[in-house]
Amino acid sequence: MGFFWTIVVMVVLLGLAWRYLGSYMVSVYEGRMSWLGWVERPIYRALRVDPEAEQSWQRYTGALIIFSGVAILATYLIIRLQGHLPLNPQHQNAVPAGLSFNTAVSFVTNTNWQNYLGESTMSYFSQMAALTVQQFVSAAVGIAVAIALIRGFSRKGSPTIGNFWVDLTRGVLYILIPIAFIAGLVFVGQGAVQTLAGPANVHNALTSANQSIPRGPVGFMESIKQLGTNGGGFFNANGAHPFENPTGVTTLLSFVLLLSIPFALTYTFGKMVGRVRQGVAVLAAMVLIFGVWVGFSSYAEHQSNPAVAAAGVVHQPTGNMEGKETRIGDTTSALYNIASTQTSTGSVSASNDSFTPIGGFGLLSGMMLGEISPGGTGSGLYTILLFALVTVFLGGLMIGRTPEYLGKKIQAREVKLAALGVLVMPVTVLTLAAVGVTTSAGRAGPLNAGPHGFSEILYAFTSQGNNNGSAFAGLTGNTTFYNVAGAVAMLLGRFAIMIPALALAGVLAAKQVVPASAGTFKTDTPLFTGLLVGVILIVGGLTFFPAVSLGPIVEQLSHGKLF
Amino acid sequence: MLVHLRRAVILTIIFFALCGLAYGYAATGLSHVLFRHQADGSITANGSTLIGQSWSGPGWFQGRPDSNTPMASGAANLGPRSQALEQAAAKQVDALKKQGIQPTPGLVTTSGSGLDPDISPTDAYAQVDAVAGARHLAAPQVHQLVASHVHIAELGFLGSDYVNVLELNQALAQVR
Repeated sequence: MGFFWTIVVMVVLLGLAWRYLGSYMVSVYEGRMSWLGWVERPIYRALRVDPEAEQSWQRYTGALIIFSGVAILATYLIIRLQGHLPLNPQHQNAVPAGLSFNTAVSFVTNTNWQNYLGESTMSYFSQMAALTVQQFVSAAVGIAVAIALIRGFSRKGSPTIGNFWVDLTRGVLYILIPIAFIAGLVFVGQGAVQTLAGPANVHNALTSANQSIPRGPVGFMESIKQLGTNGGGFFNANGAHPFENPTGVTTLLSFVLLLSIPFALTYTFGKMVGRVRQGVAVLAAMVLIFGVWVGFSSYAEHQSNPAVAAAGVVHQPTGNMEGKETRIGDTTSALYNIASTQTSTGSVSASNDSFTPIGGFGLLSGMMLGEISPGGTGSGLYTILLFALVTVFLGGLMIGRTPEYLGKKIQAREVKLAALGVLVMPVTVLTLAAVGVTTSAGRAGPLNAGPHGFSEILYAFTSQGNNNGSAFAGLTGNTTFYNVAGAVAMLLGRFAIMIPALALAGVLAAKQVVPASAGTFKTDTPLFTGLLVGVILIVGGLTFFPAVSLGPIVEQLSHGKLF
Repeated sequence: MLVHLRRAVILTIIFFALCGLAYGYAATGLSHVLFRHQADGSITANGSTLIGQSWSGPGWFQGRPDSNTPMASGAANLGPRSQALEQAAAKQVDALKKQGIQPTPGLVTTSGSGLDPDISPTDAYAQVDAVAGARHLAAPQVHQLVASHVHIAELGFLGSDYVNVLELNQALAQVR
């Protein structure tokens, strides 16, 4: 029953976020919000940017790429030099070069894959000034691309798609900082630590044991970690750590935060293209996939753990508790981890590696569908819009008519760009996973034997190729091979999808609108939603089925055999 | 391109100051004004109520078989068909049976953080007889103590019911 009420409260809160955060974002990106003008205007003056001046898609993309390059360099330098920087009570040394590179790419691409152990690698300064900063910025970059693509659909005959510097600044100032700050207070009030004093040393007079407990600026990093669909935790245990996610309240707040912007962007989309129903059609596709995945994964995690049963504890009414926290429980852990893998957040409240085969399949396949249900901040919307273009193209082929979407004719160039954006991820993931299992450097990684070990490698590249960042954490990832291959996957998974999306934005913005006729394929109907879901499942299913069948499916079908 | 580069560098510095330093210091300052105890780690006389400890010895309620090394949090990450998991669980089953405790799922599996400070009410009730015996207390009295330390899930449904092991053992130490 508890799980049922959790879902009810979550749906109500997300419904409010969809409507009100969605329309707030419209105002922000249309420049109608000015309550932070006193911070915003000096920034434009320092940049010498005219907030009214717009950019072509090429200049927008150029600015985005150069900004991201600078961000990678800045993050890299801070964590490399942390030994000489302040706020380092534990005297952490420089992070090694390969690990620093992987980590810098990881946070700038909004992946937040962690090959490092948070509490024993990073100084407070690195966590605050390098990692937390990128958690804000990379999220805002993602939203900016989604907004630019929406402008592509909503404008006609326009040579420009907005101004990158303005979109980026507004996203950080008006959306991310205010919400993260308020949510951060809730996290701390519930028990998340937030201090710059070093570890606490405690003595237990009852058992005469001593404990050294790491602390740090955690609670407010937690809020932006969830809100920005980043997922990089302060501690190695991420959201399972009681200092990051202390209570049921913070667990609920976590998945509401991480789902709110990606879902609300569909309202923003509908509003900006002039018909909220268009956004609802996309939202419905996201919700349908999300709901089904939550359903079967929660059910799977409520089942017994076979290895524990084999050890003699057959009766497991609390479900598969290996790798799960008592205060969170089996089904809520599954909901949290499904929400975070389907939003490219990748934070975890339980060990993904210890999920049942079907639960683990839910995590893996949710990412393999391209992170669209609802996907990351911005990236979810622009990726599903690429799928929507493929869908109208297929629909157009069926009825023998030039496809249109939102009044824009979808021609060869648009379909090529959309297909490119949709196919980059599977090609990257499958190629790198193949390299991983055929080289000795790759095979040295997995902790578990048998099909589960294969799943660990496949999961690592799926996660990084989708900018998710969650892990089947048994994999030993901090090696030259995984640091470099992972960084390649993250860069392609981010920029090789963003660039086609921005190019599409430019091409579409320049087009004129075709008036709807009797033969127009309507894209705000259940039929369209159904086709869209079908296309997403077919693309994901066909490309990944062979790989998945070697991992979770073999594991599920192994009839009690332990590996 | 040079224009982009100059702007990128300046904006990176601005965000560093704004989202890194200003946000972090404002957050820490305000947390200490409003929630000092929580912000410092919920530390009580014998440890943090949020960080698990090892309670060895027969007279204590034990937590989950976690590593309980706060400086290196994390799960064991063993898959559900792992032989290593079966062996670890079997060892724990034996250890519990030797102490007269009926093994429960929570007491034979490790947590996601490796630092779970809580056990389920079932895990706690399973230990009542063993703890009462070791301390020469009446079992109903210890049972009552556990019952009074069950935290109902927030609002009745968020997460699961749990018993904080540190709080329970601190209360146990007061019983005479």
